[in-house]
Amino acid sequence: MQKVIGETKKAFLTGNEAIAWGCLAAEAEIMFGYPITPQNEIMHYWTRLAPKYGKNFLQTEDEISAGFTVCGALQTGLKAFTATAGPGNVLMQEPFGMAEAMRLPFFAIIQQRGGPSSGTVIYSQQEVSLTAHGGNGEGHRIVYSTANHQELYDYTIKGFNTAWKYRFPTFLLGDGYQAKMREPLEMYDPSDRGIEIIKPFPLIGLEGHIGEDREPQHLRNIYSLEEELYDVVLKYDSEYDSIKAELVEFSEMQCEDAEIIIISHGVVSRAAEDAVKALRAQGIKAGCFRPITLRPFPREQLLAVIDKSNAKKMLIAESAMGQLERIVKYEIYGQTLPVETLFMPGVGIIDYDLINKVKSII
Amino acid sequence: MVAPATPKSWYLPSKPHKFCPGCGHGIVLKALGETIDELDIQDKTIFGCDIGCSLLAWDFFACDSTQTHHGRTTPVMVGIKRARPELIAIGYMGDGGGYSIGSQHLLNAAVRNEKVTLILVNNTNYGMTGGQMAPTTLPGQKTETSPFGRDPELTGYPTKGPEFISELTPDGAYVARATVSKYKQLRRFLRNALRNQIEGNGFSFVEVLSTCPTNWRTNAQQTWHFLEDEMEQYFTVGELKTPFGKGDK
Repeated sequence: MQKVIGETKKAFLTGNEAIAWGCLAAEAEIMFGYPITPQNEIMHYWTRLAPKYGKNFLQTEDEISAGFTVCGALQTGLKAFTATAGPGNVLMQEPFGMAEAMRLPFFAIIQQRGGPSSGTVIYSQQEVSLTAHGGNGEGHRIVYSTANHQELYDYTIKGFNTAWKYRFPTFLLGDGYQAKMREPLEMYDPSDRGIEIIKPFPLIGLEGHIGEDREPQHLRNIYSLEEELYDVVLKYDSEYDSIKAELVEFSEMQCEDAEIIIISHGVVSRAAEDAVKALRAQGIKAGCFRPITLRPFPREQLLAVIDKSNAKKMLIAESAMGQLERIVKYEIYGQTLPVETLFMPGVGIIDYDLINKVKSII
Repeated sequence: MVAPATPKSWYLPSKPHKFCPGCGHGIVLKALGETIDELDIQDKTIFGCDIGCSLLAWDFFACDSTQTHHGRTTPVMVGIKRARPELIAIGYMGDGGGYSIGSQHLLNAAVRNEKVTLILVNNTNYGMTGGQMAPTTLPGQKTETSPFGRDPELTGYPTKGPEFISELTPDGAYVARATVSKYKQLRRFLRNALRNQIEGNGFSFVEVLSTCPTNWRTNAQQTWHFLEDEMEQYFTVGELKTPFGKGDK
């Protein structure tokens, strides 16, 4: 196979461009997409890069179609993907649900924009609930919340592998700031980092004569009896539960002696790290914790960080009205540390906001 | 007595099938099975079915099959065909799935001349959900959501699918309307529709007029009367577009 990235190289790219390169490096074969800001440039770069590497693209009539064409292509064993945002993410909950029900290795990039409704085309962290728990099911999904361009590249590659390894819908949850900003990153061939790209395989369209070499494959997502569905959902839940420990990812900074722990995810966690440094310089013992996987959530890890700290409070900060907060409170139920919040729905949070907030509550 | 031949491409463990007595789906699926056998495409056929009565065919064939959401069979089959052009993608749906909730997919797949074959069974109502008005319900026809008869002033006239699809598609497309009352013609149209995909000419679409005695609340004679004298009067049967030269009215 033709290597997309030869020697590891420094690059200075927008986030959407970094993702398009990541998709190529992950050996993705076809993108189905529909225009919506702020993810458009993933399509723009893919449509320019794809022909050079024998890859394909189809612009569908809407996000419902983009999601379902991906479902069809995945079933035949092609590494397909899509990207969307905001109202497109709403429409794609239907095909994401089918992928959840049929255990299709669906990988999608979500670049969050402001909501509800058309909201803004710019930025938010308001698609956390939808991405992690959307659909008429149980949210058997894997969600990586990235914070910088290196992660956009890294987790695009990892996202495909996670989807094809575990066969739960997998999401890279970015936002418009990450999508549109330019930042330095290092692009590499996955094999140079010891990353093995998981090869796709078909569920239908198999080799051999039916009735002689093999049985026909009948895939479905509907059941006649309640008990049939019950057994399926319980099986999926048990499998999901069993892989949580190997999936969860987080980062933490200076929580050991911290009196206050800032909890944030995605691009806001960068402001949190800057705030911790500034607060420490002013003699305030702050630390921060960042879930990288929002689903499954690093529950044990957060509890352990709280336990070993001297925290008197935690501050949950997000560019949404408590979508992360609800997850955190649910996950660490029983932990009595007082919770303060900084909710700025659809608006960026910088270190200054966090420093002021921390000073006002300690 | 000789039992009627069963198509080789039928999946026997799922027989007898689950459609209501007098339903036309069995006839369509028999014709499709015989056509798959005739064209020798069983091993490379992907049969995809919609939600609605068509979903009862999810394990009907000894072909690789997939079942989708209401209206979404078209994009799933498009994804399959785009991913693996050597496969034969057959989408199977009802009039609600194709002409109502999935109409944007049908329309755009037709415009793009996607090289899939779609079979849409028109029985003038939503059968699985209990007999509601469909895009194809005839003027004056009583359904659960038009209990006093469909009033075109309020709800418009029945959708003529093959007519609009034949206008939308470029050359290479195959568009026809068949009926379960004319079996040999149905077989011919299905053969042409699949041949068209095998040859890679373009989009193939066959609407099949069918029966629903359960929701029509008709006996055998009334059922046949409604099909032949009401539906076939409103919906003209024949080939509307064919790359094979001769039309069949």
